[in-house]
Amino acid sequence: MLIAAAVLDDVLRGVLQGVPPGSVYAIIAVGFVLAYKTSGVFNLAFGAQAFVSAALFFHARTAWGWPSWLAFVVSVVVVAPAIGVALERLVFRHLPTDAALAKLVITIGLSVALPSLFELIVGFEPVAGRTPEGLLPGGAEVFYDVAGIYSFSRNELTSMVIAVVAVAGLGALFRFSPLGLQMRATVESPRLTELAGVRSDGVAAFAWALSSLFAGLAGVLIAPRFNTLAAPDFFNLVVVAVTAAALGRLVDLPRALVGGVSLGITISLVQTFLPRVAEHAAWLTPIQENVTSAIPFLALFALVLGSRTLRSGRDHVDPLSGVSPPPPPPAAMSRSPLLTRATLIAGVVFFAVVGLVVFTSADAQWMFLVTQTVILSIVFLSVTVITGFAGQISLCQGAFAAIGGFTVFQLADRFDVNVMAAVFVGAAIAAAVAGLLAVPLVRLGRVWVAIATLAFAAFFDAVVVKLPFVGGGATSLLQGTRVPRPAIGPVDLGDDRHLLAVALVVLGITALAVRRLRDGTTGRMLAAVRASELAGQSIGISATRSGVTAFAISGFVAGLGGGLLSIQQQNVNYATNFSPYAALFWVVVVVSLGVRTVEGASHAAAGFALTDPLLFSGVLLAWMLRSPDSVPDVFPLSPKWRFVMFGLGTIAFAKHPEGLVENGKRTAHRRVEQLLARRRSAPGGAPPSGSNTALARPHPPSAAAEASP
Amino acid sequence: MSAALELTNVDAGYGQFMALRNVSIRVEPGEAVALVGANGVGKTTVARVASGLVRPTAGRVVANGRDLTGRAPHAFVRAGIAHAPEGRSVFATLTVEENLRLSFRRHFGARGVERALTSAFERFPVLAGRREVLAGQLSGGQQRMLSIARVVVESPAVLIADELSLGLAPIVVTEIADQLRRLREAGTALLIVEQQLGHALALADRAVLLERGSVAWEGPSAEAGDHVIARTFVRSRNGGTDASVRSDGDAGGSTRE
Repeated sequence: MLIAAAVLDDVLRGVLQGVPPGSVYAIIAVGFVLAYKTSGVFNLAFGAQAFVSAALFFHARTAWGWPSWLAFVVSVVVVAPAIGVALERLVFRHLPTDAALAKLVITIGLSVALPSLFELIVGFEPVAGRTPEGLLPGGAEVFYDVAGIYSFSRNELTSMVIAVVAVAGLGALFRFSPLGLQMRATVESPRLTELAGVRSDGVAAFAWALSSLFAGLAGVLIAPRFNTLAAPDFFNLVVVAVTAAALGRLVDLPRALVGGVSLGITISLVQTFLPRVAEHAAWLTPIQENVTSAIPFLALFALVLGSRTLRSGRDHVDPLSGVSPPPPPPAAMSRSPLLTRATLIAGVVFFAVVGLVVFTSADAQWMFLVTQTVILSIVFLSVTVITGFAGQISLCQGAFAAIGGFTVFQLADRFDVNVMAAVFVGAAIAAAVAGLLAVPLVRLGRVWVAIATLAFAAFFDAVVVKLPFVGGGATSLLQGTRVPRPAIGPVDLGDDRHLLAVALVVLGITALAVRRLRDGTTGRMLAAVRASELAGQSIGISATRSGVTAFAISGFVAGLGGGLLSIQQQNVNYATNFSPYAALFWVVVVVSLGVRTVEGASHAAAGFALTDPLLFSGVLLAWMLRSPDSVPDVFPLSPKWRFVMFGLGTIAFAKHPEGLVENGKRTAHRRVEQLLARRRSAPGGAPPSGSNTALARPHPPSAAAEASP
Repeated sequence: MSAALELTNVDAGYGQFMALRNVSIRVEPGEAVALVGANGVGKTTVARVASGLVRPTAGRVVANGRDLTGRAPHAFVRAGIAHAPEGRSVFATLTVEENLRLSFRRHFGARGVERALTSAFERFPVLAGRREVLAGQLSGGQQRMLSIARVVVESPAVLIADELSLGLAPIVVTEIADQLRRLREAGTALLIVEQQLGHALALADRAVLLERGSVAWEGPSAEAGDHVIARTFVRSRNGGTDASVRSDGDAGGSTRE
């Protein structure tokens, strides 16, 4: 009897404890659903927007000494909606309504670019261990007791009250004004909405402002729960938001609210009771220690697996999409074979020269960077396979690569296995994990694949890495995850030159294999499913099989690269190399520079590894100007510009899905071709006209026009 | 007197693709004009320019004395021009009632909505029983009825009806024609884009024949049949000769083969 009462007490306490974070989750989920419902964008940059408001609030309070209310008004009421409106105006308004993949890619890019841009403009630096303040003074110190079971802090009470007020306000807005209906209509077809007499761009801008306001609000309210204000934590909020939102199938606001609150309560209950169970089951310990990250993943995964209705299906397309001009033809169609070959040869010569210089005269630091570039090229080829060929966004490539790295570490550390053999074992394990993960995922839409892979990455990061047989557990906390670089036969991996040569050989073989894959049956199969799943199925291609194949191959390549990377660095360095947020940037770089081509992966790797030491440091400029003194004072640039640059580069994805480098190449080729053609036809010949008009005839006489009364 | 809708020397297209060149069309208040021509001559583009969906690269669009060139479609709607676009022209993700409400709220204000809804459902009983059904789940004919229901209640100055009969059962086609006739009797001018010549010409006072993005002929609709057949079939097939005009007057047939 006494025990039952104690348990009941604990349950009640758990529930009450879970309500405040749950209400913040609810705000995030509601804002997220609002954005999806009213702008049609699955806004992965939601966390980044929340971060900007939270950091601005915090910075204004501490660095500029503003009063709390002013900081709140500026960061949440002014800046947050302004960002939303700017994004709508500058980016999303210009995208076709059915460009789902482009929208997804752009929001991923923005979630990398926005925090860095903000930090650069305001001069904000995350300081570890400085817990952000809440809205009201003494938020974390003043407590209000509820029936002797649990006391809410003032912060918690504030967030609950604001959540209730915000959601009620939203409900009233939808209930009593025509805006809700107009926003839903605009999502389906802005043009058809215009034909109903409604200014659709005004409606869309308002929708963005509103959902961004929720992002800002959520950011400021949840900030006191983190002990450091840093963008990656806010990005992880997206997983929580999506899980809550998924309960309402992404469109149901009340259910998103309930989902958020119940998620908060579930986490709190598990936190209360799991330790008691885990005392008797040791394998639960890592889960228990990272419950907050693990539960959203588990819940989301259960939803994805269990719900038959969750398929994003085929959304209704804009019936007036025919009004937009047709997309440009693919680059391959507008290129002459001669120029393509010339570019290829020039590229090979360039790399040969650079390679020779590096081999003969580079110092250890540059040697390291170049080797890193080569190895990252292999890792990035995995993005090329999954995103470029299969058209799926995977946000857990970092986890696959980490599996490769950890396998090498474990095999070498425990069983003294040859590291090169271990690399291939790691790649095979990564392939198996990726393939298994893909089985339930690929039947869902692209948006869900992106979300589920993100959740997997978060789960891997929070739980799997901490398992003793993966990340080494407590021992590697002290000793790191060390990987040896032994001599194997004539190859001495300890020698930087030998390692670079090995990496180059592996890259060459992988690149050839990926190329063969693209041009072979599997590649055609993937291309068919990417273009139209329905059409692919109608000619007998199984979307599931091709998706699983693509994931497995991509996992293999990522594992291969991850293993090599840990050999090069003699350490897995999980947090720096493979954490979800770091791996997110991989996708951003590859997509913005060139995701469709094999060489695009190398460009991306060079961009990733060399932009900072070569361009931003001013080294290249100094070399070009032949004197280090004449480099302008703006150098060295902050490495954060890299995030901004590549993040914003994804915006071009909608127009040039083949990537910026490939598009630049195409433009250059066209110029050269025009030049050649002009040279050839210079004596008397008219330049060949490239424009295609529907009218074969010139202007007809306008007699008909004049005949009308 | 100013025209209800007037396109003057309009050029228009999609990206690099030029669909219309120097097109001038005038619709007087209360008049019905049929826009005819073969597949791909630019009829739908004319309709889109006339409702603001496509911005002309040259020329002017004027409605009732107001210059609307380059304005967004909602400005056209507020100037009294309604457009029932080709194909599906309702919001599939909204219910029947919400589809109507969206437009009525703008047109009649918060107070007039309910009366307008009642009036719409009285005139279209087939929709009344499906108020809460998603418009995407209606049949093709019912969807077309829904987009016409909205127009009928609002009685705009001009209705641009683009291929309203396309792909529908004959009985529905007749019903739609009846609705258009009634609308016209109530004073709405019509610009009818049709391939089913019979219905279009029976309704229209005048016909405008488009050919390869330009106006090839215009005149009373009674004379249109012969011209249409001569131009769209014979010439385009035989490369520009009028030699063998089939003049059996089968103007009611579809141009599709």
